[in-house]
Amino acid sequence: MKISINGLHKAFESRTRLGIMSVLAVNDKLDFNSLKDYFNITDGKLASQLKVLEKEGFIGVKKSFIGRKPNTKYFMTKAGKKAFNDHLKTLEKLIKSQKQT
Amino acid sequence: MKESPDYARDLIEIRSMMERSTKFLSLSGLAGVMAGIYALSGAWISYQVLDFNPTGLADSTISAEPLSPTLLRVVLIAIAVLILALGTAVFLSWKKASKSGEKLWNATTRRVINAMAIPLVAGGLLIVAMIAKGLTGFMAPFSLLFYGLALYNASKFTYEEVKYMGLIEIALGLFSSYYIEYGTLCWAIGFGGVHIIYGIYLHYKYEKSENIN
Repeated sequence: MKISINGLHKAFESRTRLGIMSVLAVNDKLDFNSLKDYFNITDGKLASQLKVLEKEGFIGVKKSFIGRKPNTKYFMTKAGKKAFNDHLKTLEKLIKSQKQT
Repeated sequence: MKESPDYARDLIEIRSMMERSTKFLSLSGLAGVMAGIYALSGAWISYQVLDFNPTGLADSTISAEPLSPTLLRVVLIAIAVLILALGTAVFLSWKKASKSGEKLWNATTRRVINAMAIPLVAGGLLIVAMIAKGLTGFMAPFSLLFYGLALYNASKFTYEEVKYMGLIEIALGLFSSYYIEYGTLCWAIGFGGVHIIYGIYLHYKYEKSENIN
């Protein structure tokens, strides 16, 4: 995925993906169900958005078992943290320039 | 790409997601006021009707036998106050959460409960041990002290004001550990007065403004 002309990463164009990154930025690790509580979307849609971020290398996945139930935890990678911070900075800059015009 | 992307909304969304996922904001001010009213009624009944006001560590009027009828009634009143207050808090928080389209039982709620449960259970067991040993004068101070510790510990996951509320409860608990004769009074202030004042304050600060937005 590329960076679009205005300097924003395309991975963050979706509100859900941006939301996932925001939540994971302030929480160490969250499992799928805890993550789902913050979004009003179906399991399938959330899973596919998570997959996009995972492919991008922005989030990591850790699979384990609680008893016999599989438990998947998501966390932000270093690359993800950097990309997210850059995204925030770019947003701020864009807002400032919008205000000036 | 969108025609005119709303960057400011993106930032607002990011902030709100971060806050929602780290802070328990379903706490209702009204629940605090109700808890305060239950506590004041409980303290009044204990003091006026049952004449319960230990003036020393092991009060001679009630500790002759470890479980006198008066003491038993006071303990029952305390448990009733606790159940009523908790029930009201859970119900009102659930209502507030469902109004803002959230689930009450999420990762943040679990964190708040964990943070509160450890000091509260430890304190509760200590108080049971104290009662068993006849040290009834420590019931009120220690419940204030451990409740304050629980609030202080949970405050990082909810409104910041809860931290100062915790500190006030700790101060009242320590004060009445030394001045046992003020135990019932401090308990009424800590669980009654402080809850009512904070409840009203939180309601006006956070709930009124939410209605306007």
